[in-house]
Amino acid sequence: MTTPDTTTRRRLLMALPLAGAGAVGVAFWKMLSGMEQGSFNPHDIHAPALNRPVPDFTTPDLAPGKGFGTADLRGLTQPIVLNFFASWCIPCLAEMPILMTLKEQIPLWGIAYKDKPEDAAGFLRHSGNPFSRLGLDQDGRVGIEWGISGVPETFLIGPGGVIRWHSAAPLGEDTIRDTLIPLARTLKTP
Amino acid sequence: MTRKTRRLWLVIACVACLGTAAGLILRAFSSDIVFFVTPSQVVAAPPPKDRTVKLGGMVVAGSVKREKRGETPISTFDVTDGQASVTVHYEGILPDLFREGQSVVAIGTATPPHDFAAAEVLAKHDETYMPKEVAEALKKAGKWDPRFGPPPSATSWNQMTVQDARKDISAAPATN
Amino acid sequence: MLSPELGHYALALACVLAGVQGILPLIGAQRRNARLMALAPGLAVGQLIALVCAFACLINAAVTDDFSVQNVAANSAVSKPLLYKITGVWGNHEGSILLWALILSLCGAAVAAFGRSLPTALRARVIAVLGLVATGFELFCLTTSDPFARVWPAPMDGRGMNPLLQDPGLAFHPPVLYTGYVGFAVPFAFAIAALIEGRVDAAWGRWVRPWAVAAWCFLTCGIAMGSWWSYYVLGWGGYWFWDPVENASLIPWLTGTALIHSAIVVEKREALKIWTVLLAIGTFSFSLSGTFLVRSGILNSVHAFANDPARGVFILGLLGVVIGGSLALFAYRAPSLTAGGLFAPLSREGALVLNNILLCSICAVVLTGTMYPPFMSLLFDRTISVGKPFFDATTIPLALPLFIFMGFGPMLPWKRAQLWPVLQKLWLAACVSGIAVVVATIRLSGVLPVLCAAAAVWIIGSSITDIATRTKLFRTSFANSVHRARMLPRAIIGTAIAHAGVGITVLGLAAMSQAQHRIVEVPIGTTEHLAGYDWTLTNVTQEPGPNYTAMAATLEVRRHGQLVTVMHPSKRSFNSQNQTTTDVAIHTNLMADLYGVLGDRHGPDSNPTYVLRLHYNPLAPWMWLGALVMAFGGALSLSDRRVRVGAPQRARSSTATVSVS
Repeated sequence: MTTPDTTTRRRLLMALPLAGAGAVGVAFWKMLSGMEQGSFNPHDIHAPALNRPVPDFTTPDLAPGKGFGTADLRGLTQPIVLNFFASWCIPCLAEMPILMTLKEQIPLWGIAYKDKPEDAAGFLRHSGNPFSRLGLDQDGRVGIEWGISGVPETFLIGPGGVIRWHSAAPLGEDTIRDTLIPLARTLKTP
Repeated sequence: MTRKTRRLWLVIACVACLGTAAGLILRAFSSDIVFFVTPSQVVAAPPPKDRTVKLGGMVVAGSVKREKRGETPISTFDVTDGQASVTVHYEGILPDLFREGQSVVAIGTATPPHDFAAAEVLAKHDETYMPKEVAEALKKAGKWDPRFGPPPSATSWNQMTVQDARKDISAAPATN
Repeated sequence: MLSPELGHYALALACVLAGVQGILPLIGAQRRNARLMALAPGLAVGQLIALVCAFACLINAAVTDDFSVQNVAANSAVSKPLLYKITGVWGNHEGSILLWALILSLCGAAVAAFGRSLPTALRARVIAVLGLVATGFELFCLTTSDPFARVWPAPMDGRGMNPLLQDPGLAFHPPVLYTGYVGFAVPFAFAIAALIEGRVDAAWGRWVRPWAVAAWCFLTCGIAMGSWWSYYVLGWGGYWFWDPVENASLIPWLTGTALIHSAIVVEKREALKIWTVLLAIGTFSFSLSGTFLVRSGILNSVHAFANDPARGVFILGLLGVVIGGSLALFAYRAPSLTAGGLFAPLSREGALVLNNILLCSICAVVLTGTMYPPFMSLLFDRTISVGKPFFDATTIPLALPLFIFMGFGPMLPWKRAQLWPVLQKLWLAACVSGIAVVVATIRLSGVLPVLCAAAAVWIIGSSITDIATRTKLFRTSFANSVHRARMLPRAIIGTAIAHAGVGITVLGLAAMSQAQHRIVEVPIGTTEHLAGYDWTLTNVTQEPGPNYTAMAATLEVRRHGQLVTVMHPSKRSFNSQNQTTTDVAIHTNLMADLYGVLGDRHGPDSNPTYVLRLHYNPLAPWMWLGALVMAFGGALSLSDRRVRVGAPQRARSSTATVSVS
């Protein structure tokens, strides 16, 4: 009964629960760290339209900028950054200073999402206006065409109007420096 | 009965039960698992007609219609993910949080090419629930700090103004 | 006086006390130092007092509308009724963790108070393990989810005016459920203490069982209350959604049920010892990980506590220490525990083993179904969901044999049984179940509901038979039977009642599979027919409430022209919150629920139509009634003389223990 062989087997058997729990624990840790970095979302059903042509849309002008549509983006020769924002959105307000510095490096186009023209204009007067062109999406239809899940949301549009990159969170300096600008550079030199 | 046969009985019972459990799980996995699909997936590669799927996306503004078949209320609306849209038919009461332009999840079967018969439409289960995507959007929109309890109702977040937002900034540390 | 700062201080004090409680008695037990061991009960009581103080401070802040406390600002409001100001304290993440810690310290104090007959070393170790677990949770409370955090500037009014959350069911079910979850910490602590001591014997089984049964009773009630709440509040007529939160409570319930059965085998036969220790560890691990993983957002749930992955990492670390540590100890020590004897398959212990195997198989199935979606998402990047069809298809076939063996089990004698005498006793129950199959085939559609109904009748029948045989009912004078029933150990009566409770619940579930419902949109004055009832919408009125306006319908329900009931389902619109809530109208006669929901109003004002949803839910109340009967059976067996008197009455050997406690 207590031969060395059975004892080892017994030890292995008793260690089984620990091994199982350990494996599950590691998996949970991976999930959690993935969720923190945004790379893992167990319930994500949002499929960003990467490397596809921009959807069909037009936006009316939003003072002080000039509205734009699909044709404008298709006709691009240089990459631009398209940013959805709204005056009622606190993270957008927080993102504005970063956009003000970003506009030195790449043209920024903006769409005010579900916003009143006067509110959006007031917002830009207060926080500064980094956008070279500005459209208004008062009822949120353009947002739906683009499949955005909230504001702020940012797209990098390559020449010819192709969506090259997408961020569903406010831009940070790290993201701009490490991801957005290097990617935009590769698009500039075809 | 010897020790060996008794042990054998125990092992047989364990193997039989766990084997049955495994068999049942595998069988159920092949038929009862519900996949999440996006409208563009439904259009591109429709799931089999008898297969229940969850369709997730945003309700297209202006697409909600109501009709009555006999005494039964039927609602139809379009769900899109920005690339394709699918018309959902639903018999019953749309949930309170259902809004045009917001995320929904419809559970049902697809009838190609563009229709979907929903058995259930989830915009909420109870006041504190909303589809993950809506919750994320809300959080990102700065409307709702999870530390401050359940999210506001759907109508209020569309009506909040910049003054509210400013007030929130001073009252609460912003998300993110 | 009861300021949040005092609460914060009391919480920190409790944490320190818990840490000391976790370390000194362990050292004492190791070195056989009676003085250190004797510290355990006092520290446990001290920790409880500190936490009661902390909790009182939080309640005080909520009652006095101190909105400078972030937790109160977020979850309370001036206009909230007093009751919900209090219950709102544990309706959120921070408060519920504090409640969790409070109950845990209550468990420690309970062991200190009721465990005087335990050997001193074992008691010291049990209390110490509870102290260690408590330290972890109080640290969690202090560092990442501080309920006493202040906000500046303090808002004028709180934001916690959520009408749906102001409901007695939601207010009182968390404490009961948590007591169930946390209660399993005591068997867990007993298991760890036994592993440290390296000894599991019959006495250990006898000591651990009452604690497991008590926790099990609370968990049973908590699950039933939660299910009942979703039935009458969510307005779908559904009672169980196989939601991760619900599964998180069901999994420990299943292993806990296995635990209270296997502990009997340890007590009576000194077998299944290692297995029982593992079950005790597993049950508490599942109750911990279930509730906390739901909060980390890995498992998405309809019951939203704030999901916060950062907080999740801390939780995971804590779980890793508690679960990983205990399983490592198990792996290290369990091989040296003496294995119990094997026994005949056809015997009481054989039936109990089968019960354990089946319960654990069901548990494995539920666990797989719950964990599969996130794992698929992690490994293969596919988003799927597992719902009711999956769980129905997998759990019911495993539950049916369990129900059948439940009938036999309590009738089998220990050690070696003969099948024939048992079958002779059970022939009546078997005949009644046979009749039930026939009746159910006529009344119910579908194979599984019929089988479940028959199994339920079989369980109830065999439980009654069990008591009847033991009291010699109808074989001797009635007075004699009553006398015999009085003399029966309460544990036996408790078992029969708890088993009958399972039968009642299963019967309710089987009947609910035949629930009927209709959704209609009709003008006032229309009569609908559903399940043999005529439902007439006679009137819809607007009724102003304190802070809402209600649209209330009057539904007259008739059967064969006879008025059965008048129901008033309504829909409330809260003006200030832009929120609507649905008030379900339920009329029950204990055999069936009539369930009415009022939906939207449509059409022109001159001739409006109203959406109505009508449900007929046969035997619905039985599902929760059965759970209460189960818990009552458990409580009854707790009052058994043998449990109360305790194991071999030891002389209060240690004078220090007496003086401290």
